[in-house]
This record gives sequence, C-alpha cells and structure tokens, in this order.
Amino acid sequence: MKYLVLLAHEPGMWTEADEATFAAYHQGHVDFARAVGAHQLAGEALAGTGTATTLRRNAGRDLLTDGPYAEGPEMIGGFYLLDAPDLDTVLGWCRLLPEPYAIEVRPCVPVSGLTD
Amino acid sequence: MSRSAGSPTDVSPPDANSAVAQSYRDEWGRLLALLVARYRRLDLAEDALAEAFEAATRTWPRDGIPANPAAWLLTAARRRALDRLRAEAVRARTEPLLVVDAETHERAQRIMVDPGDVAVTDERLRLVLLAAHPALAPEAAAALTLRLVLGVSTADLARLFLVSEPTMAARLTRARRKLATAGVAFTVPEGAALAERIDVVATVAYLAFTAGYAPGSGPDVVRTELAGEAIRLVRVLRTLVGYAASPGSSSGSSSGPSPRATDAVLDPLLALMLLQHSRRDARVDDAGALVLLPDQDRSRWRQDEIAEALTLLAEAPHTSTGSPSADRDPPEDARSDARVSGDSRWGWELRIQALIAAGHATAPTAAATDWHRIAGLYDDLEALTGSPVVRLNRAVAVAEAHGPAAGLALLEGLDDRLPHSHRLPAVRAELLARVGDTEAASAAYEQAISLCDNDAERAHLIERLQVRGEALAGQAGPGDDAAVANR
Repeated sequence: MKYLVLLAHEPGMWTEADEATFAAYHQGHVDFARAVGAHQLAGEALAGTGTATTLRRNAGRDLLTDGPYAEGPEMIGGFYLLDAPDLDTVLGWCRLLPEPYAIEVRPCVPVSGLTD
Repeated sequence: MSRSAGSPTDVSPPDANSAVAQSYRDEWGRLLALLVARYRRLDLAEDALAEAFEAATRTWPRDGIPANPAAWLLTAARRRALDRLRAEAVRARTEPLLVVDAETHERAQRIMVDPGDVAVTDERLRLVLLAAHPALAPEAAAALTLRLVLGVSTADLARLFLVSEPTMAARLTRARRKLATAGVAFTVPEGAALAERIDVVATVAYLAFTAGYAPGSGPDVVRTELAGEAIRLVRVLRTLVGYAASPGSSSGSSSGPSPRATDAVLDPLLALMLLQHSRRDARVDDAGALVLLPDQDRSRWRQDEIAEALTLLAEAPHTSTGSPSADRDPPEDARSDARVSGDSRWGWELRIQALIAAGHATAPTAAATDWHRIAGLYDDLEALTGSPVVRLNRAVAVAEAHGPAAGLALLEGLDDRLPHSHRLPAVRAELLARVGDTEAASAAYEQAISLCDNDAERAHLIERLQVRGEALAGQAGPGDDAAVANR
C-alpha cells in the first residue's frame, strides 16, 4: 500500500535551530531513510511557504496568489511517498523523524484509469 | 438434556432460543475473528455472522440444537458470506480489504472448510487490537470494540453512548472503513508493542465503563449495562493476554491456555470496575433518586464481586501481605512485572484507586470506614498523578479523618485547575457548612447547582441546599455529599 507522509512543523523549527539541534534533526531523517530503504518511492524537503504560488480558477478566470493554499500556524515542510504493508510499519518509521514534526500519514487510493 | 453427537433432539423453542443466546454470548467474538481472518472484511463478516445467528433462531427450535453449535454457525455464516461476495462480484463492487497475513488467512480458510477445530482457534486478540487501534478516535474505538468482541448491537451501542442509532451506525461504518483503507493490520505485535497496545485496549474498556458509571448529563444516575459490558470485555482481555503471554506463542492463537501471570494493568482495572459495579443496586433508590455512598444499603452490594476484586488485589505483584504499608509504595522495579506493561504507572494508579474502593467496600457501615487509610491512599495517588480531581477526593477523606478545616485547606487553589467542576463547590459547600459558615456554604451550593448538568445529582444538591438552609450549622452527617465522588 502506498502512503503519503506529510511533515508539518512550526516555521522556525529548522531556521531557528542551533547547530547541535539542526544536526540532530538531520540525523532523524538519515535514520528514517536507512530504515525505510527501498520502500521510499519519493521524498523531498520543501522550500519555505513564502516561495509558494497558489493557482485557483473561477468561471474560467485564473487567480494566482503568493503563498500556500492555506495559512495556519504550521507549514508543510516536506513529504515522503512510501510503500508499506500496513499502517503500523509506517508509524514505526515515522517515529525516527525529528520530534517537533506533526506527521500526517495518508493512504493513497488507486483510481481506475489513472494509475497502474 | 442428553444428546449423542450428530443427532439433535427435538427441543422446545424456549430451550433452543436460550441456546442461541448462550452461543451468542460465548461465540460471537471468536467466530467473528475467524470470519474476519478469512474474508478480510469487517462489514461482510459481521453481517454474515449476524444472519447466521438469525437463521439459528429460526431453525434450532425446529431441527434441534446442533451437536457443535459453533461449527454450525460458522458454516451458516460462510454460506451467507459467499452469497454476498457473488452478488458483489456481479455488481463489480470492491471494498478495501484488511491487511491479514497469509498464514492467518489460510488457517481460517481451512477451519471454515472443516470446522472441527473451531473450538480451539482463538483469533479474538487480533480483533481486539484491531478495534482499539489508536488510529481510531477513542469513542469510535470503544464502540467498535464492544461491537466486534462482544457483539453488542448498534442499537444498544447508540443507547449506551447517548447518540442516535443512525449516528452510531455511521460512526461504526467510518471506523471499519478507516481500518481497511489505512491498512491497520489484523495481527498481534510482539513484546513491548503488544504491551502498549493492550494498555490502549484497557483504556478503551475503561472509557466504556466510566461512560456507563458516571454519565455527565441526562437523567440516569447510572447505566449498568454499559458498565457490565466493559467488565466482560476486560475479562475477555485477561484471558487473551494469558494466551499471548505464553512463551513460544507468536500469533497468540493455538498454543492453548498457560498459567497466567498477574497483569499489571488489567488486574487492578478489573478489580476497580468490579468494586464500583458491585454497588449498582444500592446507588439509586426506588424513586430513581441518587443514594450516596454513606447512605447506601450495604446489603445490596454484590459481595461475590467484592470478593473477586479483593482476590485480584491480593494477587498483585510486589505485595506479600496486602497490608496498608506494603500497598503504599510503588516499587522501583515496577517494570519487572510478569507482563511488561507499556505503562505500569497507570497500573499503579489503578491499583491505588482499587484499594481505595476496597476500603469502602470492606467497611460494614459508613461509620466504620477507615478514613485514615483512605486519606493515605489518596495521598499516594496524588503524589503519583498530581491530579486536581484526586486532590479533591483527598480533601474529602482528610476532612473525614481530621476534620473539615483540614479538608478545606486542601481545596485552596483548586478552582483554577477545575473551573467547570460542580463537585468542587459541592465539597466546599459541605465542609463550610460543617465548620459553621452557613452563608458561604449556601453560596457554594448555588455555584455547584449552576455547574451540574446531571439531573439526579442536581436534584440532590438542591435538596442539600434546602436542608442546610434549615438546619443549624455544625450538624454534619458522616460523609454526606462530600463523598459524591465515591458514590
């Protein structure tokens, strides 16, 4: 089963971390990658929300705005796409990631005609 | 009634129907677990099994009680499941399937084809762990657990959790779907993970129990059926943990019963539930009014349940004598319990709460209550938990043991920590009345009444206010509504 793992955190988590804390956070991702191994189908860190552009349409007219689709206290900082046999496996891997994250784990669903 | 294998006797309908009811109580969970393992779907398994029981109510009175009721029911359920799958295939409907490992799936397949071994196989622990998975919201988990493991109907669940039947049906459907879509596995984790998950199930059972024991709103003082079901769930759990804890058993299914070590959480939990439940016939009078602990007719307390609870507490680890001093200190090596509990601190909390309840249960009269011992236990509990509710209960016990002024002193500073509690002003009111400050007592009663949303309790508080208004200051009864928390 495929799962999308969304990493939400407060804006200052990485940018305001001192050297030691930053290194510890980085290590969390290293440990995660090692544990997940070939089960990781994709994964990226995301640039800050200030770099986002959001496109909406209304009656054929484009509306482009500067920023993420939803403003909130936390921002999405990165994602992973994993292939795992069950939810508890994914949760076990996610526990290796840095503690300040709020981690949303969403199963992917096959859509006939679009995905293999 | 005797019958030889394979030849049912002709029985009258009442006997057959009670046999069906008995089978429902004894077999529902176990048979459902097998069907779930076989078909990997909760909805299909539940519907097929429910229909099989319905068929039994129609045919057993006519054809006699089968020699192997469980096998009969399993075969009937299997037929219905296959019918439904065929119908769904025709309509090209697919439901997400639960994650079930191949070995478990195949074992279930074999048993369904030849149900001779159905009595031995027990996959209920997997079912319990599935329904109580933290991926489900606690209320959904509680309802689904009772449904899957004990077969409590949707209508009963709705009544017990104080929601409408369609709401409960939707809640259960969402929960089943979530489990399949999110890929929660039908499995028994190992070691520390298992201990953690069993604690989650225990939390679910406790949630169900407290929902029935102390409803926050509405007219009923207590809803005993829910509490009774929660107790039954904990009993099932203790049995299953006994299977899982046996050495060499990885799936927890077919290694047979083993000598069960005392469980750090489940045993005190069951003891606590039994002690509270044992008072159910005395908590409400014939008019439906609340009867507080000190006023209860103790001859209505269920002594067999109290005795069972005391046995459970006496068998707990780390206490050789069961004497008050030996009970008091959680040992440093609390984690060396035979079952490695994911959170033995909760086990100790439960144990102290159960010992407090036992202190009340073993007092032959309210006046004979050993309040010093109980105050000491609350002291330990507060040290362990830091809970303001515990502080409130401790104040009550200290007031009984050392006088109302001592109790009032402990209530200082609690208002910020319990802003919505009606019990805090109720206790304060009682203690103020006892020290003779009737004006302040009346004000506190008014505050308590305004905060209380349970009709029976509010009526009681209103009565206390009137009584206190009429009586002279200082005429305090033992315990009274200061013991509301312990009723």
